[in-house]
Amino acid sequence: MRRLTVAEALKEAIREEMRRDSTVFCIGEDIGIKGGWGGAFTVSLGLSEEFGHLRILDTPISELGIAGVAVGAALMGMRPIADVEYGDFIFLAMDQLINNAAKLRYMSAGKLKVPMVMRIPVGASGRGAQHSQSVESYFIHVPGLKVVCPSNAYDAKGLLKTAIRDDNPVMFFEHKLLYGAKGRRENVDARAEVPQEEYLIPFGVADIKRRGSHVTVIATLRMVYTVVSAAEKLKDEGISVEIVDPRTLIPLDKDTILKSVRKTNHAVIVHEDNLTGGWGAEMAAFISSEGFDYLDAPLKRVCAPDTPVPFAPIMENYWVPDEADVIRAVREVMNR
Amino acid sequence: MGIPGDNLIKMYRKMILIRNFEDRVHRLFLSGEMPGTIHLYQGQEAVAVGVCASLRKEDVITSTHRPHGHAIAKGVPVKSIMAELFAKTTGCCKGKGGSMHVGSIEVGMVPAIAIVGGGIPVATGMALAFKMKRLDRVAVSFFGDGASNGGAFHEAINMGSIWDLPLIYVCENNLYGASTHVSKVMKLKDIAERASSYGIPGIVVDGNDVISVYKAAKEAIERARKGEGPTLIECKTYRRGGHSRSDPGQYRDKKEEGIWLAKDPISRMHKNLIKMSILTEEKGKRIENEVKAQIDEAIEFAQKSPSPKPEDVLKDVFA
Repeated sequence: MRRLTVAEALKEAIREEMRRDSTVFCIGEDIGIKGGWGGAFTVSLGLSEEFGHLRILDTPISELGIAGVAVGAALMGMRPIADVEYGDFIFLAMDQLINNAAKLRYMSAGKLKVPMVMRIPVGASGRGAQHSQSVESYFIHVPGLKVVCPSNAYDAKGLLKTAIRDDNPVMFFEHKLLYGAKGRRENVDARAEVPQEEYLIPFGVADIKRRGSHVTVIATLRMVYTVVSAAEKLKDEGISVEIVDPRTLIPLDKDTILKSVRKTNHAVIVHEDNLTGGWGAEMAAFISSEGFDYLDAPLKRVCAPDTPVPFAPIMENYWVPDEADVIRAVREVMNR
Repeated sequence: MGIPGDNLIKMYRKMILIRNFEDRVHRLFLSGEMPGTIHLYQGQEAVAVGVCASLRKEDVITSTHRPHGHAIAKGVPVKSIMAELFAKTTGCCKGKGGSMHVGSIEVGMVPAIAIVGGGIPVATGMALAFKMKRLDRVAVSFFGDGASNGGAFHEAINMGSIWDLPLIYVCENNLYGASTHVSKVMKLKDIAERASSYGIPGIVVDGNDVISVYKAAKEAIERARKGEGPTLIECKTYRRGGHSRSDPGQYRDKKEEGIWLAKDPISRMHKNLIKMSILTEEKGKRIENEVKAQIDEAIEFAQKSPSPKPEDVLKDVFA
């Protein structure tokens, strides 16, 4: 079977959905410029040749405008896929996303729908404080938004197709180091076998990346890879790790998580975002309140420290949770 | 002036309807019969009515925190607006919206967007959808002078301009953003000048003269329908009341108030119509009485309507 990178898989999802449905279009900065890059991470490269420059719509550097225009177009029956080049730029668009995209259905008592996808690249990758942040947590707090974070090419394609067909605003997070990195980081290869035939992945269905019996580790995006390599090492110590990738934070597959915790009686949550108020806090609260009886020890979170993302590689590496951090946390919850 | 008398009477009636609606709502709020807060539209009726007179039902508008006039002008049923203000389930948003979010997509009004400037990009996006779908529809964004200092205004107008969208940006310059006079926050004399930054026509009109507004809007709407892009229309107008229900407007100069109140759009239209022999005093009275009866009926409807169930709060979050 074919192995695709995340960038290739996302492009294929967009292309298929644009062929299938004439209301689907892309809007963003640098996405269709001839001689350009197809967005900051090549996802839309070449699409304007097939779909033209109205459906691969290049915009001014106006993130607020992009999000607001996407909302308006979605209200009138289009299905925009909007793109901000770096997740950190999404803060410029917050009013449109939170006050309009997320609330117009509610304010209209269900008469309106806002079927839009916001593609948001996240993750530390050597670019300093304003091009590195993971921002998923800001959005799980907003009723009316769905939050998706695929960790590999297969999931990326299937989830993006579902996102495009969803009648709600979907915040779709892509990790920069997973797009198709040419071996820039060890242990991070998000390529996956992607079938030729069409498939969709429903929201709210977690993927168990690895079966285990002693401890449940929940992670998304790049952290899945960090946890996988930690789990390999922990195996040598006789600790069997079950890895759960929720794939969508909203809606959240609570059943799979609780079932896993019921089996392992231990839980560790890992995210690249900093600790305080991150989605790990919500996850921890949920497991503690609904799965308290299953836990043999207090759960642990492995997160970045509460600082901005630093630039110096030596500092960034310290900042991003790594294998050693995961191993330490697992040993602690296992009382080893 | 080439506008059929019937159309003028229709506009006149709409303005009277808005004025009476707002006057009654004001009293209902002050007497504590209505919950929430309100931002009233008295004094600006000519803008909403003059613009919406050239719109079709399938054309769409976005509005602001001061939306009752736009809703009435675009054809949202008065009963359903009143019921919304009374927080009833028969309201245009089933009680989930309230005064600042009235609207009804069936007649082309998105629930009003009460974040200053927030509706401008949304209207732009709706116009983009019309262009992409090759539909003969236009979008209008109503907003105030205050919004024209915000990023949403500039980003959206630039995008509407570069893509030649079927769109009209209607700025209601009522001289105040809440309590702040426009001259304190802007060096330009006319907000319409800002259109030149984006390469689109910018037009200043007397926003208290419904016929001027109507003509400017009609021309802009025709331009938009022909695919010639958006127009920024600045309507110079004035709020008769305060910013919101509890505001006595002490920051306003009495002389300034006097000048503007003398330019009231409804009494001017009344005088004009009489002069043109389109309206008689008697017919004017009759219209006023009919409108008042319509509002009485709306209030009765609203008061008798059921309240939403508390647990309805959980509905309509996701499609």
